[in-house]
Amino acid sequence: MIQAAIKFHDVNYSADGLHILKNITGSFPEGKITTLVGPSGAGKSTLFKLCNGLRSPDSGEILIKGKPIEEYNPVELRRNVGIALQSATMVKGSVLENLDLPLTLQGKSIDLDDAKELLHDVGLADNILERNAKDLSGGQRQKLSIARTLVNKPKVLLLDEITSSLDRVSQHDIEELIEKINEKYGTTMIWITHNLDQALRIGHCTWVMMNGELIESGDSSLLMNPNDKRVQDFVKGEIE
Amino acid sequence: MSYLTLSLTLIFVLIPLILSRTLKLGLEKDTLIATIRSIIQLLAVGYVLQYVFEVDNIIFIVLMILLMIGAATQNARKKGATIHGITWKLIVTFVFIEVLTQSILLGFQIVPPTPQYIIPISGMVIGNSMVLGILFLNRFTAEVESRQDETELILTLGGTPKQAIHTQLITSIKASTIPTIESQKTIGLVQLPGMMSGQIIAGADPVQAVQFQLLILFILLTTAVVTSIMLGFLSYPTLFNNRMQFLKLKS
Repeated sequence: MIQAAIKFHDVNYSADGLHILKNITGSFPEGKITTLVGPSGAGKSTLFKLCNGLRSPDSGEILIKGKPIEEYNPVELRRNVGIALQSATMVKGSVLENLDLPLTLQGKSIDLDDAKELLHDVGLADNILERNAKDLSGGQRQKLSIARTLVNKPKVLLLDEITSSLDRVSQHDIEELIEKINEKYGTTMIWITHNLDQALRIGHCTWVMMNGELIESGDSSLLMNPNDKRVQDFVKGEIE
Repeated sequence: MSYLTLSLTLIFVLIPLILSRTLKLGLEKDTLIATIRSIIQLLAVGYVLQYVFEVDNIIFIVLMILLMIGAATQNARKKGATIHGITWKLIVTFVFIEVLTQSILLGFQIVPPTPQYIIPISGMVIGNSMVLGILFLNRFTAEVESRQDETELILTLGGTPKQAIHTQLITSIKASTIPTIESQKTIGLVQLPGMMSGQIIAGADPVQAVQFQLLILFILLTTAVVTSIMLGFLSYPTLFNNRMQFLKLKS
């Protein structure tokens, strides 16, 4: 039986008077790619912040590899549960400085060959290393953001709509990269996407969230034949 | 200066009043309030200082300094209202800078331990520290607000709160201390500092006036840098909780 990389038990989370996550119970299987789909405002990105320890639940329990999240040192947790956000924020400096950031935070420095290889893996040319990261296009920044998250070699990788600003070719490159990392290192991937074809194509499992609730979860094929009426409407594109 | 002569200085208040009325600038009310307040406040302080100097009692000196710290805290805390516990952080900073500067001045016998020296220098130190505190808090809260994404990015990559806020902290410390450092570069070339001018007008030897002015300038340099650094390092931990999560500024 596949162990859960991350397990939620009756998790609730509120902020600014809004009940954002409601009684979430479910798990993300270890070593698999799970896609997280649902309309905007479903609480998907907030769920990621809980997995990464950037926020704590108001009630309920989150287990990472069977151990309560509070028992982890936050720094260690975040290095092991990496997150690439949709915003692809860059710090001031060159592409190399941004790529080096996770190691700089540990007082180390990235090997130049490793940096070039990472850029190549995400489909970026290695001659941009000295360029100002803030001058990159949206797609390039997104790819650099993924490469930067990979520097920590996380056991779990949370990807928040990382291909939404990419063209089809780049989308395909990133999908291949994610599948390659998943197969090679057994990294657990949790991927928020609005693209249901993408969810079916690369996800082993899926979670469908709406209005802060987990409506359905299971094998990705559930998206082809959902049980819940709301999920059926969502899949048909009647809920955005 | 006699009171008659002093009253003639009101000509310098009449000029802006007439200009404001003529050009309909609408500054008359504020100018009058500012004039009346400055007359009352400064005369009151003058008489209080006269009494404290005559009595020469440590309790009165301490009370004067506490009053200055209280007023400075009250003024500066508004700028840092979004930071948890800003009042005590300001008090700790002002008390520390006052103790530090007076310990050096009195410990090395740079100035005599009399109220004539301790109180005016304390006023300059605490006043300057207050202005620096306001400049720092203004910039720091703006930096924290505008760079929340960067702060969270560093946390997500496994950085500590100190690493996550480092750039904002250093930028704010630099921005608040630069005016003090820059103004010292041109001092004497563009304008004569107020304290030195006052001493020269009162008949002091210009070289001695310069010596005291240098003393004050160097003290203010320490005040500026120490105030910003202390406030920064006291403030940033309250932006995070013990799970190293970034907290919103108080609204």
